Amino acid sequence: MQACTTCHGAGSTATVGRTANEVYFPRIAGKPALYLYNQLVNFRDGRRHYGLMVGLVEHQSDAALMEMAQYFAQLQLPYPEPQVPPSGTTAAVMQRGQQLALRGDASKGIAACASCHGAALVGDATAQPSIPGLLGLPRDYMAGQLGAWQTGIRKAQAPDCMARIARTLTPEDVSAVVTWLAAQSVPQAKLVISAAPNLAALPMPLALPLPLPLECGGVK
Amino acid sequence: MKRQFWQTASWPKRCLIVAGAALTALLLTLCSLIAIELVAFRSIDMPASAQKSIKSEEKNVALAQGEYLARVGNCAACHSARGGEPFAGGKAIHTPFGAVFASNITPDPVHGIGAWSADAFYRAMKHGVNAQGRLLTPAFPYPNYTQISRADSDALYAYFQLGVQPVAQASREHELGFPFNTQLALAVWRVLFFSAGDIENTPKLIASHAYSVPATGSKPFKNEVERGRYLVSGLGHCSACHAQRNALGAASSDGLLSGALMPMQDWYAPSLHAKEEAGVQHWPRSEVIAFLKNGATHNASALGPMAEVVAKSTQYWRDEDLNAAAAYLQSLPERPAPRMGAAKISQQLLGQGAALFGKYCATCHGSDGQGLQELDALAQPGMAPSVTKIPALSGNRAVSLASSANLVRIILAGGYAPATLGNPHPYGMPPFVHVLTDEDIAAVATYIRAGWGNQAHAVSASEVVAQRRGVLQ
Repeated sequence: MQACTTCHGAGSTATVGRTANEVYFPRIAGKPALYLYNQLVNFRDGRRHYGLMVGLVEHQSDAALMEMAQYFAQLQLPYPEPQVPPSGTTAAVMQRGQQLALRGDASKGIAACASCHGAALVGDATAQPSIPGLLGLPRDYMAGQLGAWQTGIRKAQAPDCMARIARTLTPEDVSAVVTWLAAQSVPQAKLVISAAPNLAALPMPLALPLPLPLECGGVK
Repeated sequence: MKRQFWQTASWPKRCLIVAGAALTALLLTLCSLIAIELVAFRSIDMPASAQKSIKSEEKNVALAQGEYLARVGNCAACHSARGGEPFAGGKAIHTPFGAVFASNITPDPVHGIGAWSADAFYRAMKHGVNAQGRLLTPAFPYPNYTQISRADSDALYAYFQLGVQPVAQASREHELGFPFNTQLALAVWRVLFFSAGDIENTPKLIASHAYSVPATGSKPFKNEVERGRYLVSGLGHCSACHAQRNALGAASSDGLLSGALMPMQDWYAPSLHAKEEAGVQHWPRSEVIAFLKNGATHNASALGPMAEVVAKSTQYWRDEDLNAAAAYLQSLPERPAPRMGAAKISQQLLGQGAALFGKYCATCHGSDGQGLQELDALAQPGMAPSVTKIPALSGNRAVSLASSANLVRIILAGGYAPATLGNPHPYGMPPFVHVLTDEDIAAVATYIRAGWGNQAHAVSASEVVAQRRGVLQ
């Protein structure tokens, strides 16, 4: 797993907060195993396009990718400090961000982040092992991903629910929601990471405990 | 009058006239050859129904053989775009002349080859022309595939007609600069660099396989080396990367696999004739086979384009075909690799490299560059001897190549050997593109190339700059 850590951080680099690289590269430690696995498969199979990731995983088997996903899912590392919003961020922007994250905007048909990513926005590795938490991620990374979903550069398995949601967001909405999310501290109490699921033992497709607001191919 | 002119002409003048006439004749011959290339395949009638030509009793056998041969030829590497439907084309192959887009070779009758006859398919393989007789670009490796036997071509045809799902996706136009985008340019190229394979002397590969149809009208291979040559220089198209190319992109006519910097990819495909590069003349046969099957042996692993070759093609080759290919590769004449004179490397640069090596590399590669070799715990029993999980750097041919391209690329972008049955969970090299500067990478690469008995020349930061651009694209 050494190949992953120069960018995603591990051990000593992650305990001191963000390394220079983690300003953009997302945290993967403690993310649900199936989410990580789906992302690795998506890079390999052409749904995600970051060249370095593609080059690394393109000749790996499902089993090898699952092994990587499980390793990082079980890795418990402290979270970095919240990111201070860029100067000039108004209270209205933070309010809009909070609204989108926790309650959504029914008038525009935007589901709340919390309706899938967990009430505390840290995911639920046991109940929803293919949906990641959102807290502790770099602001620029989240903005980049929403943009990539809007333009179709990032895809998930069809039906691609995140693409549908991303396309309902205005540029101001994207900026507001990622700024608010990145500014939240991660509630340590919520971070009970269950042991990574054994793929063979999981019912596939996974039964979901709660109905999601949209149909999502990645969590079928 | 004429006679008078000739008799009065001075000797130099006479020579000029004769030379001029000879040149004119040569040009006329060339022009007619080019004209023939342009029209030769245009007038052939194509039968309307392609699938009639596959006999039903042979269908299943041909399908299985065709699927296997498609793996051997690695058709998917170009014709299946990442994330696209199998064999529906669309992947860009970047050449110095522009981008060539692999075509749709699914049996869709409009966009693919569903309306092609077995004859047309064979002509494409052997002569590099499409069903309408238009000349195909040599990015399609027909200069290799031309050696295919009719029986093997028919098996491939059966697979692409019946074993592949049709996809209605139009093939994308190539983006080649003028004049390379013209049929005339392709005709000229063919006159200069292409001659079709000698089919009468081509045994069919499938004839010697256990579940092949009875080999009617085909000769067996004389020996395994000949069989290996058919695989390596034909469908396997190893020369597409390992042979040097001229300015017009034609593989060297000496037939050698003497190593080349792959155009547009910044990877060096090492010489298979040189023991300093990738020659396997002195390896045990079993190691050569293990490398092609597992992507790693105890002292080498496949990265970059070769990882793709193992992942998509050679790991699926039958043992007898791997053995034959290995026998052929081991029979190649030995030619020493050109060496660059090792310039004096400053102690200061070596010191800088050593410090970086200790900080970033030694944890895995070992302070003496010894690497780690072990049996993959998940490997199928008997699949492989211990494989290199972390390459030794001491005595590693890949790090000491005259071209630093591969070493620098691997430090920048990292990489994994392909996951195969014999090496199901390879360890990966991390990318350092975001961690180390160009100067750092040059220093550590120089240190590795000069350490533990390695004797390769220093790497400069400018070599890293060029590679970094490619990695970050």
